[in-house]
Amino acid sequence: MTTVATTPRGGFGYRHPRLRLAGLLTAPMLWLVAVYLGSLGALLLTAFWTVDDFTGQVVRDLTLKNFQQVFTNPAYYGVILRTVGIAVLVTLLCLVLALPLATFMARVAAPRWRPLLVALVLTPLWASYLVKVYAWRAMLAPEEGVISWFLSPLGLDGPGFGFLGIVITLTYLWLPYMVLPIYAGLTRLPNSMLDASADLGARNGRTFRSVVLPILFPSIVAGSIFTFSLSLGDYITAQIVGGKVIMLGNVVQINYVVNLPFAAAVATIPVIIVLLYLAAVRRSGALENI
Amino acid sequence: MASVIIRARGLTRRFGDVVAVDGVNLDVLEGEFLTLLGPSGSGKTTVLRMIAGFERPDAGSVEIGGVDVTGVPPYGRDVNTVFQDYALFPHMSVLKNIEYGLKVKKVPRAERTERARAALASVRLEGYGDRAPSQLSGGQRQRVALARALVNRPRVLLLDEPLGALDLKLREQMQVELKEIQREVGITFVFVTHDQDEALTMSDRIVVFNEGRIAQLGTPLEVYEHPATAFVAGFVGTSNLLAGEAAAAVLGRPGTWSVRPEKIRVVGRDASVEPGCHAVRGTVREVVYVGMSTRFVVDLEVGGTLMAVEQNSDAANSGGHLRGEPVLLTWRTEHEYEVQN
Repeated sequence: MTTVATTPRGGFGYRHPRLRLAGLLTAPMLWLVAVYLGSLGALLLTAFWTVDDFTGQVVRDLTLKNFQQVFTNPAYYGVILRTVGIAVLVTLLCLVLALPLATFMARVAAPRWRPLLVALVLTPLWASYLVKVYAWRAMLAPEEGVISWFLSPLGLDGPGFGFLGIVITLTYLWLPYMVLPIYAGLTRLPNSMLDASADLGARNGRTFRSVVLPILFPSIVAGSIFTFSLSLGDYITAQIVGGKVIMLGNVVQINYVVNLPFAAAVATIPVIIVLLYLAAVRRSGALENI
Repeated sequence: MASVIIRARGLTRRFGDVVAVDGVNLDVLEGEFLTLLGPSGSGKTTVLRMIAGFERPDAGSVEIGGVDVTGVPPYGRDVNTVFQDYALFPHMSVLKNIEYGLKVKKVPRAERTERARAALASVRLEGYGDRAPSQLSGGQRQRVALARALVNRPRVLLLDEPLGALDLKLREQMQVELKEIQREVGITFVFVTHDQDEALTMSDRIVVFNEGRIAQLGTPLEVYEHPATAFVAGFVGTSNLLAGEAAAAVLGRPGTWSVRPEKIRVVGRDASVEPGCHAVRGTVREVVYVGMSTRFVVDLEVGGTLMAVEQNSDAANSGGHLRGEPVLLTWRTEHEYEVQN
């Protein structure tokens, strides 16, 4: 029997690297450029159109009228401030809750429990958003709500529907997005770093402030990008547990049938705020930690 | 006689079912360079961590400068540590890293900057203060870690395999530098390593650990020339033992005996044995040329194997002995030491 020596040939992709790259990127680029950036561009363009007051028809002339209205009418810029305030509060609350939780998961619990703890933190994300918000409606409802029921023997009432209800519900919704990056950051923190700080004379509080927090900062910013931007764009929570309190998303929702250009102008505001936030945190190295 | 600066008594530490350190008694003398030497898992690092305060002993006590610090956390102990992975703070510049300990102890800014700069100079890194640790090479990080510990003027400096991550050339250079720095600052060094050459090169005294216990404590010369146990003979240097019947046949005495390879001469079968020497017949199994010297692995007729090392002082002809050649191994009787098994 004879054997013929053959030189192994690379596959199709190996011989045609450009085609391989095209195969890799065509679908995601189509999605990102055509669908995502396209719709964002359309939104931005629409924001500069206007509506004929008599006919209700969209007039495709470029004007700054919509933005003027948003920033000169106190009712509207009040909503902007409130929405940003809610997003900041939710982010801070998530941080305060996530730090000890992630610390327990990453540094106190036995390593074999960690995957289970991570899974438990993720579990709420598997449930429907609406189910969770309605659950909080049942919790927050004045007088007959679960919280009120627990507080009534003390002569207290629950937070009810409104600003606080929105903050509590959004904090609950986005907490996992803050826990996970901080947890990941803490598992990457070498024990020797903490030993070294103690060895150089620092007590635990000092080590936390001077070593742990600064090293965790990019992870915290990564988490805050999620909690902040998700809160900024939310409107369903405000609708269900917000009572009379409305957020930017609600303004969009109320206007997009009657005045699409105005709704578009309002919708660009959170986008701009998030872009500003991203630009501010870009230098912290957080974007490499998401 | 120097005074005792660290006194450990009955130190014991268990991890689950494993006894990592088993009743260790150790006195570290003021100003000495003491090396804890042993294979991984022998307990040497755990002893160091109990002196630093990172581990609480399950039993026993640690005294530093005559004060019992067994229950004192690391930040309350007058010792500083150089870590194996350096543990430099990545978000601080080199200078800020070095200043950290002084800042925590509220040393005024001017004094602490001055001391940090002096420490940086003492490890030959002037001008590197503003760099980030990530911009330094492994050897430079090592020196920053050393400066960060020394700037606090601790009574004892603890070093946990600090040269382990460096390549051979740099390691040898740092061994010499560390020894020089220790002489200059006059601080007691307790140095952990698994590298016997490092231990022999740098130490005033060596503590050899095995399975959580001290196998031998002595000067490098004592540990190398007079190993107390078969383990020490094998771990510090090459295991070159004559045991059982072979020992009885060659030396006329039973027991386990150690002869260092460089004490053994390889000669032809017809060579005469000088008085005061022992000789044994064997066959060369392996000849290994290692540049400076040549190693001969010789199977003995009485059973067992011995290694002999000859300096290649004449030429690169490995002494002329070839594989398979019948030879005679001789050594002076004062170079054989009985060891415990």
